[in-house]
Amino acid sequence: MQQDLVHAIKSNPKYHELISKRKSFAWILAAIMLVIYYGFILIIAFNKEFLSQPLWSGSITTVGIPIGIGVIVSAFILTGIYVYRANSEFDRLSREIKEEVL
Amino acid sequence: MRLWQNAFAALALSLVAGAALAAGDVGEVKKQAVNIPAIVMFLVFVGATLGITYWAAQRTKTAKDFYAAGGGITGFQNGLAIAGDYMSAASFLGISGLVFINGYDGLIYSVGWLVGWPFIMFLIAEQLRNLGKYTYADVVSYRFQRVPMRTLAATGSLVVVILYLIGQMVGAGKLIQVLFGLDYVYAVTIVGILIILYVTFGGMLATTWVQIIKACLLLGGATIIAFGALYVATGGTMAPEDLFRKATEIHNKKDAIMRPGTLVTSPIEAISLGMALMFGTAGLPHILMRFFTVPNATEARKSVFYATGFIGYFYILTFLIGFGAIVLLMAPDSGYMVTNAKGVLELKGGQNMAAVNLAAAVGGNLLLGFISAVAFATILAVVAGLTLAGASAISHDLYANVWAHGNVDEQQEVRVSKIATLVLGVIAILLGIAFEQQNVAYLVGLTFAVAASANFPILIVSVFWSKMTTKGALLGGWLGLISSTLFVILGPTVWTDVLKLGDPIFPFKNPALFSMIIAFLGIWIGSILDNSENAKQEHAAFEAQDVRCQTGIGAEGAASH
Repeated sequence: MQQDLVHAIKSNPKYHELISKRKSFAWILAAIMLVIYYGFILIIAFNKEFLSQPLWSGSITTVGIPIGIGVIVSAFILTGIYVYRANSEFDRLSREIKEEVL
Repeated sequence: MRLWQNAFAALALSLVAGAALAAGDVGEVKKQAVNIPAIVMFLVFVGATLGITYWAAQRTKTAKDFYAAGGGITGFQNGLAIAGDYMSAASFLGISGLVFINGYDGLIYSVGWLVGWPFIMFLIAEQLRNLGKYTYADVVSYRFQRVPMRTLAATGSLVVVILYLIGQMVGAGKLIQVLFGLDYVYAVTIVGILIILYVTFGGMLATTWVQIIKACLLLGGATIIAFGALYVATGGTMAPEDLFRKATEIHNKKDAIMRPGTLVTSPIEAISLGMALMFGTAGLPHILMRFFTVPNATEARKSVFYATGFIGYFYILTFLIGFGAIVLLMAPDSGYMVTNAKGVLELKGGQNMAAVNLAAAVGGNLLLGFISAVAFATILAVVAGLTLAGASAISHDLYANVWAHGNVDEQQEVRVSKIATLVLGVIAILLGIAFEQQNVAYLVGLTFAVAASANFPILIVSVFWSKMTTKGALLGGWLGLISSTLFVILGPTVWTDVLKLGDPIFPFKNPALFSMIIAFLGIWIGSILDNSENAKQEHAAFEAQDVRCQTGIGAEGAASH
């Protein structure tokens, strides 16, 4: 990429808006996923009793079942949240930057 | 042109005929009920995929067609294909078998396999799409010295591909032996020949469609078994509570199957395994390659979203299948339990056959045949994806960029990748035969540990850290590759269990936590100590790389008009 194009893009305020928004959004979601997954693993390692309780009085289904499936579903939901915002807001910003500099 | 088309048709014909013949032969010798529906459905699958390969071959002319299906795959299609690449027969049969034996612990395992996908989404997918062309080595050599970086990335790719291939080929041979009554060597050879046909003639386009068909078949088949078993096992109520209650009554571990057991004992092992699964996924060359088949970052993101949904749904199904198998198969009088040589009652064909036996219990011979064919198709598709990734590392990275320094005619590069496919296919067959008697379960762990320690660190750091230099990347990348391999060899799985050399030198089964730290430290130390002129240029080049990475301006295949 030519140096003048790089400078034109970097001096565009929308470029800075795009990268700061996207960076913080991606890292926050990544941190949430890390906390959910390692939280789950640490509960298994240190507090199995919590996951072994019946889900409701007299049930065979334990608390661990919806929590485990919940971790799987949360991964899907988090990617969905990211795509929703990235494919609308972030892509719109990228498009505007392109239109302004190219 | 016409010549190879004829050759192709002839090969396809003889292969189909050979498969039918072999199946008949073995059936006669063993006097077993030959599973006719399985063979018919498998032949239909092979016929359809060879048809697609023929169609794809006519559309595969340029290097971009061969490596990236011309960049014309949609996000939804690519999501299915990624799911197809990721959902191997080993995970389908292995995880449902794990649930069958251990209950809840199988779910913990599945969760680990899924959580890598959000990280791929947030940190890798669109960056790869914007910076790369055909392989992830394009990204890690973007602003660095081409020859050493490509060599490192191609080596990392090939090590991962070969390790993964061994596991898949051995699994394929054994599975086909059980399901179709085919001889092991014959089964492995058929797999090898078919994937050579798919990849050399149809390139990425054929490979992608084979993956899509396989993903649909596997998801459909698993859905039928899971909900069919739920219906039968609960007597029609479809309530998971009833399924779980019956399972705890039948399983000899009683209600221990409803809570975490012994799978996760040491927190260090758990965290280390979690890191290998999470970040290893983002270092698998055949998965990374899929992001170059879509036209832009928007579609790349969509494909991860769909893939995560399909794979997550699939893992929930394997959990239901495992419990359904407990209820319908585990009772001593179910007809599916046999007494083994040690006098212990076990599942017919072993625990990994839980899903297959359950198919027979729920849907009779027809569903059994369908699932057998799907399992075979699954192996074919995964092996095809791996072979294409390996061939691309050889032709695009090693041949075109290292050996020929980028001065190579596109047609010549594609020709080299076809030769590489042929060689890799033959190697896969030979490795499958060589490892027949080995326990290859540890290879999956090793593959993910290497991918997480050698490929992932250099990829992520090259995208996000402006101060990385060639020297740092080489130091960290090679250290990650060597340390992860060494730790597995010196660890309990290989040193003690496979080689039987006594107490392990490295105490943990899962080395990723340590080898990843070594890799990142190597990158960091190597980069900050590098004051060369090259290093300065590489820092300076980050700006342009980052702008392209963030906006997609100048990206391969992006609208340039």
